[in-house]
Amino acid sequence: MIVAEPKSLDEIKAMVDGYDRVLMVGCGTCVEVCLTGGERSVNLTATALRLARKVDGRDIEVGEQTVIRQCDFEYLDEVKDTDKYQAIVSLACGVGIQGIARRFPNTPVFPGVNTTFMGFNEEYGYYTEMCKGCGECILHLTGGVCPVARCAKSLLNGPCGGTNNGKCEIGSDKDCGWVLIYNKMEQLGTLDKFKEINAPKSYGKAGNIRSMDLRK
Amino acid sequence: MGFKEEIQRGNFVVTAEVGPPKGTDISEMVHHIKGLKGKVTALNVTDNQSAVMRICTLAVAKEIMDIGIEPIYQMTCRDRNRLGLQSDLLGAAIMGIKNVLALTGDHPVLGDHKDAKAVFDIESVQLLEVINGLNEGRDMAGLELQGATDLFAGAIVTPESIPLEPQLAKFEKKVNAGAKFFQTQAIYDMPKFMTFMERAKELDVPILAGILLLKSAGMAKYLNKFVAGVSVPQELIDELAPLKGEDALKKGIEIAGNQIAQLKEVCAGVHVMAIGAEDRVPDILAAAGL
Repeated sequence: MIVAEPKSLDEIKAMVDGYDRVLMVGCGTCVEVCLTGGERSVNLTATALRLARKVDGRDIEVGEQTVIRQCDFEYLDEVKDTDKYQAIVSLACGVGIQGIARRFPNTPVFPGVNTTFMGFNEEYGYYTEMCKGCGECILHLTGGVCPVARCAKSLLNGPCGGTNNGKCEIGSDKDCGWVLIYNKMEQLGTLDKFKEINAPKSYGKAGNIRSMDLRK
Repeated sequence: MGFKEEIQRGNFVVTAEVGPPKGTDISEMVHHIKGLKGKVTALNVTDNQSAVMRICTLAVAKEIMDIGIEPIYQMTCRDRNRLGLQSDLLGAAIMGIKNVLALTGDHPVLGDHKDAKAVFDIESVQLLEVINGLNEGRDMAGLELQGATDLFAGAIVTPESIPLEPQLAKFEKKVNAGAKFFQTQAIYDMPKFMTFMERAKELDVPILAGILLLKSAGMAKYLNKFVAGVSVPQELIDELAPLKGEDALKKGIEIAGNQIAQLKEVCAGVHVMAIGAEDRVPDILAAAGL
């Protein structure tokens, strides 16, 4: 799923500073699972925003709606009464925020979250990055552990000199992806493949404005 | 005779390294380089070492050559993509640089521009293959060069890395990717290093053991705490502990000299890292009996 973290109330408040009526729209899929963008988050954020503006002596009306997905026009059509509001704050990932901006082209749309990564739901409230969407999956070469996402340098041929007791040089709270890969391949009995040199990735595939067209 | 020829003939080589300063005043660095002339076979020049922004490596390599020492051009993959790396390698070749040390590079968050975008378009193993390609007259895209390079490529290895096995597997990859010599991370644990050397002998590649000058007990403790793959034994820390300033430095020089003397029969050479005390490298070599 796509993981996002909430923006601070101060940042959201500054974005809507010039408005008295805003609509806050949540997204009920990925960002709801990571406790950032669902109905409950919309309610909490909207309430906090109303209170903060009340303290400033400038009340703000904040409408609350949540749709199943903001990355799909089919669900965006369920967003109602936008003409009552001067602006929209979206609590969806960056894809959803742009979706709602496309659906309502004459209304300013502001991000209520920072989209961070594609991750795994480890446990309630804890998510880890697993995929960078590089467009050239090599998980079959690395024991099912992605070096692009799980090595801080996205190295393709083993750990750097900064690996330290199984942890990454950028922080002792982060596992060294290449030690994970080594241990997994050892467990699978595929260490002979570990020594094969992996070629540089084609960032031509990941670095461009991507689309997928199955219409033909 | 150059660095490559010395290594290929099996002569014991000594390399040291110089870290470019942050800023345009190079007087101290030039003083250090001049003091190493005639004392070392070749001199590494680091590449934004520790992810700290400094003078570019090529410009300092030129200074080293002008002073009369053969540089080993350290190239990391952190700050340039494959276009930048290859064009700098071509530039190095026309400047007369003969040796390149292929490194991945420390992550920017360890340095002084923590918000920088890390490049790592390719990494050390792949960079070695790229250098081989340029030597054969083609670039990474497979296109023919108008004039090939003739670069002597080396790499690094951390013999005391924990865990060691993944590091050794990568070491082997680097050999297969065309590394012609290795400089190691600082070593202090001789038995561990000897085990590593047995593996290195199987791969038949020259190893220059990394000697890092200990300047105080505090420095040794810092290395143990913050530098991956470096482990200074307690007995060395105890030897340094009662000493301060010049006395501690002299002890460090003695320790380094002893290490080199022990390694002389085992390794192809040593790589001496004095980190700001480059003017004492001749003292270390004298202490080693070189």
